[in-house]
Amino acid sequence: MMDFLFIFIKTAVVLSIVLFHVAYTTYAERKIIGRAQARMGPMEVGPHGLLQPIADFIKIFFKEDIVPANAERFIFKIAPIIVLVFTLVNLSVIPFDRNFMLADLNIGLLFILAMASLSVYGIILAGWSSNSKYSFLGGIRSASQVLSYEIALGLALAGVVLQAGSLNLRDIVLSQHETVFGVYAIPQIIGFVVFVIAAFAETNRAPFDLPEAETELVAGYLTEYSAFRYALFFLGEYVAMYVMAFLCAICFLGGWTIPKFITEILPFLEKVPGIIWFAIKVYVFIFLYIWVRATLPRYRFDQLLLIGWKVLIPLGILNLLIIAFIKRLSL
Amino acid sequence: MIYLIFIYFCISFLGISHMALTRKNPVHGVLWLLLLFLHVAVVYLFLNAEFLGMVQVIVYAGAILVMFLFTIFFLDIKIMPKERRIAKLWEGRLVIGLSFLAVMVLVFSSISPTYKGKHTISYVESVGNTRIIGEILFNEYGLGVLLLGLILLVPMISVVILGRRKA
Repeated sequence: MMDFLFIFIKTAVVLSIVLFHVAYTTYAERKIIGRAQARMGPMEVGPHGLLQPIADFIKIFFKEDIVPANAERFIFKIAPIIVLVFTLVNLSVIPFDRNFMLADLNIGLLFILAMASLSVYGIILAGWSSNSKYSFLGGIRSASQVLSYEIALGLALAGVVLQAGSLNLRDIVLSQHETVFGVYAIPQIIGFVVFVIAAFAETNRAPFDLPEAETELVAGYLTEYSAFRYALFFLGEYVAMYVMAFLCAICFLGGWTIPKFITEILPFLEKVPGIIWFAIKVYVFIFLYIWVRATLPRYRFDQLLLIGWKVLIPLGILNLLIIAFIKRLSL
Repeated sequence: MIYLIFIYFCISFLGISHMALTRKNPVHGVLWLLLLFLHVAVVYLFLNAEFLGMVQVIVYAGAILVMFLFTIFFLDIKIMPKERRIAKLWEGRLVIGLSFLAVMVLVFSSISPTYKGKHTISYVESVGNTRIIGEILFNEYGLGVLLLGLILLVPMISVVILGRRKA
């Protein structure tokens, strides 16, 4: 019983911290993009607009929930829940610190890939059940995009798995700490770049936010959604961003550890709790997401698939081969 | 307890397959099929084959079923066509039933309660089943894996050729 209570409390802590971060990521995004465009961003609600996410939440919660007359009602209603649930489950296998993770799964990385492939269904079904051309095209686009980039993502992660010799996320961090550089991003620089690009496409973010390209498709699969169901999709997208940032920090940047050559020069840094290093790495990745959104224009859809199939996947295979040779020579 | 879970899965497999086969809207059929695949993945987890469970989800639920959905969307089928199919003829039913029966008999007659060899249950548990599957697949059945890759390459090339010809 005590065990159960303990797990329950841990889950609640992780969920509330991540959701708090998600809320304030929307604020950070508006602020940073505002600054990038020489505006102030939200300023009205609270000091420097700090209460803006709460105001947004209250507003969206009390709006009318509209279901189109010709929609498949049941599927239309569960689609956002599918997206959100299959993104939130990923948090259960993420090691936030040496001893803080919800489930120490032997196949943590595969679990994340599996859940990522399931959350596509929410988007396809949202597009199909809305019974609208724009939604439908957005859903189809998103599905083909996510399926194509999942291969590149998997290949980039396969290099990490090969070098670490484990699918357990904690073991990946620990074996990473033993290497010379302390991060896999240096020997696997190709894989790292492929991973970052694929992560952007996988979460449907700019410059690959084709499913929601407003100049072509109104709002893609989100067109018919309003109020709380729209907010669920929005939440799902931001949680997915965080999951990708966690994955990047764990698989390529050393998770909660810092490289050994740094702690040899500055030994007092070892006293800093691991969760802080982890948070810094995650924040940098999230900042990159926002920075790219403020900087780069959107790709055309054929360019998107071209990059995925003709550039990223061959690069991913090349990375895998290089790592295999390194591993073979170091044995 | 474990028997209750097993009974639940047996009943739900039959029920879900029935639902998947009898839906009028093919998209609903595919969604029931998705539920079935997820149940199969959970059965693998109960058998401690976590690698197989995840691969089941990634490959079948995440890739193949999405392809099914794509096909249905592109063909734009609203309602399943009603025509005479093999499964409706009594000869067809007989052939299908007998072949299933033959498979069942073959499978059940080859079950043995004890396993002799290197890969015992305790050995698998000590090394981890992901590593063991990799070792067996690539060391003992390496040629088979290569052949399967070739077989999968053929339809890929042919699809590209078909697409080129149209354009």
